Amino acid sequence: MNSPMHSQDDLRDLYRELILDHARSPRHFGKLEGATHSAEGINPLCGDKLKMYFSIDDGGTIKDAKFEGSGCAISVASASLLTDTVIGMTSDVALDFFAVLVARLSGRSDNAEMPAADVDLGKLTALEGVKEFPSRVKCATLAWHALNSAIHREAEPATTE
Amino acid sequence: MSKQINNVTELAASNTGLDKCRHDFPALAQSINEHPLVYLDSAASAQQPQSVIDKVAAYQRHDHANVHRGVHTLSVRATEAYEGARDMVQKFINAGSRSEVVYTSGTTESINLVAQSFCRPKLSPGDRILITHLEHHSNIVPWQLVCEQTGAELVVAPINEAGEVDIETLFKQLESGAKMLAIAHVSNALGTLIPLRQVIEKAHSCNVPVLVDGAQAVPHMPVDVQHLDCDFFAFSGHKMFGPTGIGVLYGKEKLLDAMPPYKGGGDMILEVHFTGTTYNDLPYKFEAGTPNISGAVGLGAAVDYLQAVGMDAVSCYEHELLQYMTKEIGKIDGLRLIGTAADKASVQSFLLDDIHPHDIGTILDHEGVAIRTGHHCAMPVMDYYGISGTARASLALYNNRDDVDRLVSALATAKEIFGK
Repeated sequence: MNSPMHSQDDLRDLYRELILDHARSPRHFGKLEGATHSAEGINPLCGDKLKMYFSIDDGGTIKDAKFEGSGCAISVASASLLTDTVIGMTSDVALDFFAVLVARLSGRSDNAEMPAADVDLGKLTALEGVKEFPSRVKCATLAWHALNSAIHREAEPATTE
Repeated sequence: MSKQINNVTELAASNTGLDKCRHDFPALAQSINEHPLVYLDSAASAQQPQSVIDKVAAYQRHDHANVHRGVHTLSVRATEAYEGARDMVQKFINAGSRSEVVYTSGTTESINLVAQSFCRPKLSPGDRILITHLEHHSNIVPWQLVCEQTGAELVVAPINEAGEVDIETLFKQLESGAKMLAIAHVSNALGTLIPLRQVIEKAHSCNVPVLVDGAQAVPHMPVDVQHLDCDFFAFSGHKMFGPTGIGVLYGKEKLLDAMPPYKGGGDMILEVHFTGTTYNDLPYKFEAGTPNISGAVGLGAAVDYLQAVGMDAVSCYEHELLQYMTKEIGKIDGLRLIGTAADKASVQSFLLDDIHPHDIGTILDHEGVAIRTGHHCAMPVMDYYGISGTARASLALYNNRDDVDRLVSALATAKEIFGK
């Protein structure tokens, strides 16, 4: 497999202003007291470590979401965008976003069988710059893997391996 | 170290030094993202010179068969190539005997072998194994495992802010007794050069045997195991311009002789009967199964290459280049050097503003500059500094001042993108 060749535009696309903004000033940062669901996301190669907290009501709606931890600009921005995105969604819809985002970022979005392939990712499309940087896809999806673990109440920390 | 750097001024003056070596490494003659490659990740794995690539290919093409087994011509050739490489390694590190040069898959296996075969039978609950705070995971975890298996205790010598081992405390810990001191020659994360002669002399005066993790030393400076008087010395082929999957454990013959085998299988035996098995002589007792023959051939070729260049010359050249790199990146506003020991070799870790090392790594790669980012398999070092990782530029004989200048320029791009 040939490694991708990057242009200057690719780099600006990866570190676009929305991403840098969320990395510098992450939204919903901190511990969520009274969270009903939480999970850690660990990227063992990078040392990125995020903890995602969710408060989900009996009807399955995500009432609140926060995160804490440390990571690169991409993983922190992705976690921040995640919290912005999923608050007010049902956990089922959030899981659809997880599936679609992971598939798109890892270049597997052509699969017609994929659930909810028509999901509009909204500002999450800002993360699509990582497609040209395969080594960074894990950074962009780490928080989402943790969301998946939290909703499924998995005991082990989520990893992107 | 001082005796090795007499010629620094001469070499530095021209800024050519070993520059011509660069052309021996075909991987360096490529562009990454439309920029000529600047490879500053040799501490993770070094590139191979054409001579190593050719030697391995020639072996595969003409001489391959199993070793120590056949009377046919190819088996004889393969055995000669495999054992010839051992002789070259023996001379390269000045081992007293070829029996003391055991092939392994690399430094990690060499250390595990010593932990399990030399230490484990001797260890009782309460015994102490001594390491330092700057070790690579592969010189920590094998000792944690053997401690778990035996109830022995792992004792860690501290480091200071510069990344130097606190020698005074280490000496006190040695005086309190230990069954083994396992210590790096050069720290892979910080570049710290350990004053090994002094440490080993002290350890021996306390009857503590010493294993040296030499992975980051062998490609960068002359190593004489008899002069060091270490009991074991472990290193890897791929960090010294050879192939992956081959490495060496040097051990003093009387120690290796007394040790039980590490793995059982073919080649490590003289006779096998269901009533009992007689083990082979050194070093074969520790080389069970068909070995990495082509790897050994490549390792021999790498030794040949390094000897032709001359390890004194390599050491002088890299010493000057490291000083240049440290000075140049140190001028960058917001750059924090991690690892500022007085004696260092080949490695400089750093942080830039609050930009995460992985973002630095991606931006540098975009400019064709390859560095390592993360914890460098030395998480306790990162814990010490209270950081999750660093960016690390590591040098080898094929790097030059232009590489350093390209690194500096790429770091400026990172600052620009992050708006600093």
